[in-house]
Amino acid sequence: MNAPVIEVRNLWTRFGRQIVHRDITMTVYRGEILSIAGGSGSGKTTLLRQMLGLETPGRGEVRVLGRSLHDGDAEELRKLRARSGVLFQQGALFSALTVFDNIALPMRELKTLEEDFIRDLVLVKLESVGIEARHATKMPAELSGGMVKRVALARALALEPELLFLDEPTAGLDPDRSESFVQLLRGLHRELCLTVVMVTHDLDTLVALSDRVAVLCDQKLIALGPVREVAQNTHQFICNFFQGERGRRAVEAANKREDEPNACLAGPVEKQDT
Amino acid sequence: MRLSGVWNLRALEPLMPAVEARLAEYGGGKAAWDLTDIQTLDHAGALLLWRAWGRRMVEQLRARPEHTALFSRFQLPEPPALRQRRHPITGPIRVLGLGMLSFIEHVQGFVVLLGRVALDVVRLARHPARIPWKEISANLYRTGAQALGITALVGFLVGVVLSYLSAQQLRAFGADLYIVNLLGVAVIRELGPVLAAILVAGRSGSAMTAQIGVMRVTEELDALSVMGIPHTLRLVLPKMFALAIAMPLLILWTNAVALIGGMVSAQLQLGIDYRYFIASLPAAVPIANLWLGLAKGLVFGMFIALVACHFGLRIKPNTESLGQGTTSSVVTATTLVILIDAVFAVMFSDVGSFV
Repeated sequence: MNAPVIEVRNLWTRFGRQIVHRDITMTVYRGEILSIAGGSGSGKTTLLRQMLGLETPGRGEVRVLGRSLHDGDAEELRKLRARSGVLFQQGALFSALTVFDNIALPMRELKTLEEDFIRDLVLVKLESVGIEARHATKMPAELSGGMVKRVALARALALEPELLFLDEPTAGLDPDRSESFVQLLRGLHRELCLTVVMVTHDLDTLVALSDRVAVLCDQKLIALGPVREVAQNTHQFICNFFQGERGRRAVEAANKREDEPNACLAGPVEKQDT
Repeated sequence: MRLSGVWNLRALEPLMPAVEARLAEYGGGKAAWDLTDIQTLDHAGALLLWRAWGRRMVEQLRARPEHTALFSRFQLPEPPALRQRRHPITGPIRVLGLGMLSFIEHVQGFVVLLGRVALDVVRLARHPARIPWKEISANLYRTGAQALGITALVGFLVGVVLSYLSAQQLRAFGADLYIVNLLGVAVIRELGPVLAAILVAGRSGSAMTAQIGVMRVTEELDALSVMGIPHTLRLVLPKMFALAIAMPLLILWTNAVALIGGMVSAQLQLGIDYRYFIASLPAAVPIANLWLGLAKGLVFGMFIALVACHFGLRIKPNTESLGQGTTSSVVTATTLVILIDAVFAVMFSDVGSFV
C-alpha cells in the first residue's frame, strides 16, 4: 500500500447527549478515492469537517499528512491547509467576487505570485474544469448549479493540492451534469494524482469513482473496503443501501465498465524534497 | 536542457522570480528540453515552463506522458478583458442621472410597499383573527424592551451634558431658574424623540434589514410567497406595528432619564433643588410638547420599520448586497428621522409654545 495521508484514530464525537461517532478508526492512502457513505444524520459530513480541522472530535485524533490537526502551531496548520482543497456542498463561492477573483483569491493570498502568472493559472484551472474563459467575469449568482460546482472545484484546485475533499459533489445536479462531473473528477484525479475523500449519497457517483468505501451506520464504521467487497456485506444497512433497486443497477453498471487501473495508486511514491 | 526534482506550486512558489529568471536565461524555446527526470509536475509548474518558452510548446521536448498531458491545457485563448465589468466613467452626468433614477426607483418602491401595507391593514380590520399578535409581541420585546438600556444610558448622558453647558451660560445672566424651562422643552419636544429614534434606527432598523436580507439569501422569502403568505403581512406589518407602539414608550423613557440627568447636573452646578425642579416642570413646559413628542415617535417608528423592510426586501442573494442594504437602511432611516422632525417643527411651530 501507499503512504497514509489521513489517519483517523479512535475518534468519538458527541453533540450534547447524542453520540455521533463511536470509536472510528480509518486510514486514507495516497492517490486513492475514498468515499464516506451512510444514511442521513450518520455523521458523514461531520467526519469530513473533522478531517478538515473545522471541528474538533470529542476524543481521538485526526492526523493529516503525518501531522495532528489538534495541536501544533497555527503556521504549520496554515501550511497544511494550503495542501488540501475543499469542494463544499453549496460551492461556497464568494458571492461578492467574480468567478475569476474567486479562483485567484487563494493564489493572491500567497503574495509571491505575479498578477499575470495568476491570470494564466486561473485560465488553466477554468479550462481544466471545462468552463470557458468568457464566464470568468461573471458573478456566482449568474451561474447555473453545475457551473457553480465546477468553479468551486477550480477554486479548490487553485493551490495544486495533494488532497481534495468533496462534500456531496453531485448533489443538486441533474443526472447528465452529474455524470459529466464524475467524468471530470475522474480525469482530474488521474491528471493531478490527487488523494480524494468524498462524502456522497449518490450511489452512481460512489460506485463510479471510489476505490474504497467507508460506510458509517449506528455511530460506527461498519465497513471499509473496495466497493464490490462492501456491496457483498450482509449488514442490514448495507443490504438496503446497495442491494436495493438503485444500488444493484449502479453496481452492475460499474461491473460492466472496463476496469481501468488507478494509475496514481500504481505510480511511484513521491519523494518530499524540493 | 534537463530538468529534475519537484516542480509543483508548493515548491516553486517561494522562489518563483528566481526560477523564472533562470529559465529565461536558457534561451526559451530554442533549446531541446528533457523533463523525464521531473518527479512531480503540476499545472503551475507546467505553466511556468510554458511561459518561459514564450507561451508555446517547444519542438524538441521529452517528457513522461502524464506530464505531457498537463501541457494540453495551454491552448489558452487571449484572455478576455477581465476588467470589463468596471463601469467606464463617462462623466458626472451619468453618475447624477443614475443617482436620480435610483432615487426615483426607491421612492416608487417605498410607496408601493406603503400601499401594500395599507391594503393589509384594511384586510386585517375585516378579519381581526389574522392579526399576527405573536410576531408583533416578539418585535415589541426586541425593539422596545431590549432597547431600554442603551436609550437610558445615552439619554442620561445627554441630559447631564446639556444641563452642565446651559448652566454656565444661564449663571452669567443670573437666569438660573430658567434651566427647568430650557431642559424641559429641549428634551421633551426635540432631543428625547430624536435621540431615541436615531438609536432605534441604528439598533433595530439594521437588524430588521439584515434579517429580511438573510431570509432572501436562504430563500425563506420565496417559501413564504409560495405558501400564499404576503411578506407585508408577516414581516413588514408586525415590525411596523411594534415600532409604532415601542417608539413613543421609548421616548417617554428617554425623556424621563434625560430629565433626571439634567436635574442631577442642575443640582450640582446651580444648586437647584430636585423638588423645585420637578414641581416647576409642568408650568415651564406646556403639555402639548409631550403629545407632540409622542406623536413624532409614532411616525418615526413606522417610518424606521418601513425603511428597514424596504431595503431588506431589495437585498439580492449575495453578501455584498446584504452589507450595502443594511448600510443604506440605517443611513436613510436616520436621515428620514431628522427630515420628519423638521417637517414637524415647521407644521407645529405655534403648538406648545411657551411665554
